[in-house]
Amino acid sequence: MTTTTATQWIEACAADDIDEEDVIRFDHDGRTYAIYRSPDDEYYATDGLCTHEQIHLADGLVMDHIIECPKHNGRFDYRTGQAKGAPVCVNLKTYPVRIDGDKVLLGLA
Amino acid sequence: MRGSRPESIVVIGAGEAGARAAMALREQGFAGRVTIIGDEPHAPYERPPLSKAALTDEVEPQAAFILTPERLAEHAITHRSDTRVLAIDRDAHRIELAGGERIAYDRLLLATGASARRLSIDGAGPDNVQTLRTLDEARALRTRLRPGSHLAILGGGFIGLELAAAARARGAEVTLIELAPRLLARAVPADLAAIIARRHEAEGVRLLTGTGIASIETDSTGHVVSLSTGERVVCDAILAGIGAIPETGLAERAGLAIDNGIAVDERLATNDPDIFAAGDCCSFPHALYGGRRVRLEAWRNAQDQGNAAATNLLGGSDAYEAVPWFWSDQYDITLQIAGLADEGSETVTRELGDDARLDFHLANDGRLVAASAVGPNGKIARDVRLAEMLIARRATPDRAALAAPAVKLKGLLAG
Repeated sequence: MTTTTATQWIEACAADDIDEEDVIRFDHDGRTYAIYRSPDDEYYATDGLCTHEQIHLADGLVMDHIIECPKHNGRFDYRTGQAKGAPVCVNLKTYPVRIDGDKVLLGLA
Repeated sequence: MRGSRPESIVVIGAGEAGARAAMALREQGFAGRVTIIGDEPHAPYERPPLSKAALTDEVEPQAAFILTPERLAEHAITHRSDTRVLAIDRDAHRIELAGGERIAYDRLLLATGASARRLSIDGAGPDNVQTLRTLDEARALRTRLRPGSHLAILGGGFIGLELAAAARARGAEVTLIELAPRLLARAVPADLAAIIARRHEAEGVRLLTGTGIASIETDSTGHVVSLSTGERVVCDAILAGIGAIPETGLAERAGLAIDNGIAVDERLATNDPDIFAAGDCCSFPHALYGGRRVRLEAWRNAQDQGNAAATNLLGGSDAYEAVPWFWSDQYDITLQIAGLADEGSETVTRELGDDARLDFHLANDGRLVAASAVGPNGKIARDVRLAEMLIARRATPDRAALAAPAVKLKGLLAG
């Protein structure tokens, strides 16, 4: 395990709250996150706001492993947070996700 | 005879299309000289915020740079600011700058954009009727938007409406005057324009449609706009948002073909094979719409055409056929349009609640040619994006499925 003792695991949603190849918004402690379920049924999490103009990514479209911002179509790989080109050039922060039974847990440092 | 590998590429225009093209040249591995020439003092910046956040932010707006001076330097892109180009010498493959300097090019990209149309009415001039196109104009306008000031906006198009929303956010009184019987008559279906009009009225904007302007008088205390109805609107500032004109003068003087903009082919090449054009300044045949020649004034188009032009400046043969896409923000609602709505002969509406609505535009043969939506961004953006993908695939989706909010558009893509 690479998890440090400082990581807090927060219950974000139920596993089937998210469709395959989709995303939902999760707010916690004054911050907003995006939780993803990939086409191959893995779960991921990133910061909830686009790095370009602070738009909620959960309103955007998930295609394969890409989340596309609903405002200006900035694209990120939600597994790594990598920005995929203009207009976005700043990567998204990612967070660890763990499945516990039917719950999706978000790991916050 | 020029070789197929250019060594020097010059981009005239430092807006979205020009800046994106310059950067894309580097992303595609071009190692020769890249020069962007712009007539503004700033490094290339994004224009969309100028009619939105730049006017309402508490602090003096800073440019949202597309390419900061640091990134320009990092990628060895030479940016000549405050510089006007006087002429293109096509035979000699060089351009002439104001001041006499000449710059040689192997390939040239014209990304000269568009300029705000000026009001031609008695008493109207650049000193008393503002336009909004540049950062400096936005900064000047912002100082005039304050509680108790009264702004007259001429034109019920996107710039006028976004500005009206910004002015209300800053507490200014707004009278908006539009000659046509309704707002957004050129670009937006009537049912969606009506939602937008109601919102502006609810926010306290005085909308006068079907109203002309007879004259404008200005003295040291302010302005009076005399309307066709006989009414006199007394105000502190006047803004005209009455359309944009493509910047074609340079191309025209160089003998390039003009047709509602600098005429290019599907590769964005002009009738000179070493000169290309991209963005608001050019018209191009759109393959999705039977080769119909269109000119788009849109941020995404400028960006995408900048990318495509870079490929083709380097000898590529990318045919540009991206689905046109446009958005406008007013208050907390967004309008988005994908495709060309006037290609449709039938409309199918998807109701998305009290405050949101999505119209699909279908051609005679049932093909989806456009989608227009108004509402909170979160309610409409994903569906418009999916509609855009259906349009690109020339899909003929089932009308009942389009109309039913419970049917996920993503499911139609698989069909």
